Amino acid sequence: MPDHIDSPAELHLLDETLHCSGSWTVGHLAGLRSALRKLVLPAGTTLSVDGAGIAAMDSAGAWLLLELRKRTEAAGGTLEWQLLDASWQRLLEFVESVAGKTQAPLAERKPPSWLDRTAGIGENLIGFLSFIGETVIALLRTVLHPGRVRWTELLDDMFETGFKALPIVGLLSFLMGVVIAYQGAVQLKLYGANIYIADLVGHSMLRELAPLLTAILVCGRTGSAYTAKIGTMQVREEVDALQTMGIPPVDMLVLPKLLSLLIVLPLLTVYSDVMSIFGGMFMASTQLGIGYNAFISRLGEAISYTTFMIGLVKAPVFAAIIAVVGCYQGFRVSGSAESVGRHTTVSVVQSIFLVIIVDAMFSILFSILGV
Amino acid sequence: MTPMPDAGTGREVVISLRGVRTLFGERVIHDGVDLDVYRGEVLALVGGSGSGKSTLLREMIMLHTPDGGSIRLFGTELVGIDEPNADALRCRLGVLFQQGALFSALTVLENVGLPLREHTELDDAMIDSLASIKIAQAGLPPAAAGLYPSELSGGMTKRAALARAMVLEPEILFLDEPTSGLDPTSAGLFDQLILKLKDLLGLTVLMVTHDLDSLWDVADRVAVLGDGRIQGIDSMRALSNSTQPHIREYFEGPRARGTRERKC
Repeated sequence: MPDHIDSPAELHLLDETLHCSGSWTVGHLAGLRSALRKLVLPAGTTLSVDGAGIAAMDSAGAWLLLELRKRTEAAGGTLEWQLLDASWQRLLEFVESVAGKTQAPLAERKPPSWLDRTAGIGENLIGFLSFIGETVIALLRTVLHPGRVRWTELLDDMFETGFKALPIVGLLSFLMGVVIAYQGAVQLKLYGANIYIADLVGHSMLRELAPLLTAILVCGRTGSAYTAKIGTMQVREEVDALQTMGIPPVDMLVLPKLLSLLIVLPLLTVYSDVMSIFGGMFMASTQLGIGYNAFISRLGEAISYTTFMIGLVKAPVFAAIIAVVGCYQGFRVSGSAESVGRHTTVSVVQSIFLVIIVDAMFSILFSILGV
Repeated sequence: MTPMPDAGTGREVVISLRGVRTLFGERVIHDGVDLDVYRGEVLALVGGSGSGKSTLLREMIMLHTPDGGSIRLFGTELVGIDEPNADALRCRLGVLFQQGALFSALTVLENVGLPLREHTELDDAMIDSLASIKIAQAGLPPAAAGLYPSELSGGMTKRAALARAMVLEPEILFLDEPTSGLDPTSAGLFDQLILKLKDLLGLTVLMVTHDLDSLWDVADRVAVLGDGRIQGIDSMRALSNSTQPHIREYFEGPRARGTRERKC
């Protein structure tokens, strides 16, 4: 039985005998590599290995001895074992028998060609569209049979994605209002147009920035969570289990999330509107000396109901994008932890990208409509 | 690191548990477990579900600290051990997890080579060769080396995980349900593989298993865990004739009796 012996493996060529000593075990072989490289084997002679000094041997050591024999034979000589412990002799034979099976070259994986990649993008797009279709059908089914709404899941999800997001959305919106007001204040002061700070903050936040800011925050906070959750369920075969029980995964996993975001994101947007106005008011009073009353009465004149609605109408669209992309990427997870990570990244990047694209399209649409 | 010969048998004890206590909250899992594992033997740990087999295994491989008692590996106390000593001990252990726990981002060859890359100063070519040898030793075809874990069948995953557990040439191999989820043929081959590696490399094997065939064919001794302590420890033949209630309960089922009739 090999004991735990800590002397490094050594090898010396003396006459025609290779004297081996020390531990020929995996932890002690590193030093031997240079000795082996320097070793010049006399061509065409019979060498013998003197294994009397070997204190311990494992399959790594056995493999190295076999390599040594292969080299000798390549040089036209032969190598014999001498004074080798019987159990190590058996180990050598075993390693030799399996080493023969490792010679097949490993098949290199080719990186996918551009054709495959284009096909992949196409496939992805078709998959995404059919997922949207599936979700819409499920949504219609639920609208026709409101009794099938899963209230527990829905309320749970609203609490998770809505209520728990209040502090971060509130803080960032307030700061955003502060920043916009501060930037505007410097310019407006030059023209003595201080009171228009209310127009500036109101229009930019309500129409554009509050919905966008909220949507992007929810992308990062909730979209990623959706992907990771469904992806992990996919890895643990929970999604397959739902399917075999005759419960459509879309009904169970996607609809409550979609409905909850459709409700929660507009609410969060209104909250963000309010908090950013507070930020602007705070800045107006400290930088420009405009009191809260003056600010609010100017805001009422400057901001119409339409401006508020233009911002708000985007929120459900953003909500649908975030929920659908997040869930779709979750279902695309396959097999491994790495895949969960990759699809979570893709989910966040894609949904932020789509949110900004759609926001731009809204701007074009509104300018055509003249609102 | 001094070997401790057992006073009674003169055989070297590599794992020694004394009065191990484990609590999960209020629940007592282990209430004074005493166990000795000798060098070169295969010891199977059995017990009903929830009897704390896996927890005991996790305590022996330093993934969980017991609430009381002492665990010694090669004579080194694990309770309160410092990190450098723990790492040195970990290199002498190989663990086969129940689900394989192969890293999904790496191929089989990379998985098996990982401990060598981390713990030895061997060059890449040699690491790949040694990893291939281990993969072949575990009975996998060479083509499996380039596959990712998600592309492996259950039996192949276990073999690849065994290759990884064995690559640092451990002195003790811990197996957590090595044959669970395998078909009878694969399970039988896996048992033979464990026996062969044990003979050739002089391994000590500690396994947690429910597989009655493995208990009869592979295990030198079987320890029955029940009620928080070891209820009996002996060869399978002796245990199956035991009158001790906990042991009878475990080996009295129709399946256990069937296996016994075949083996005796």
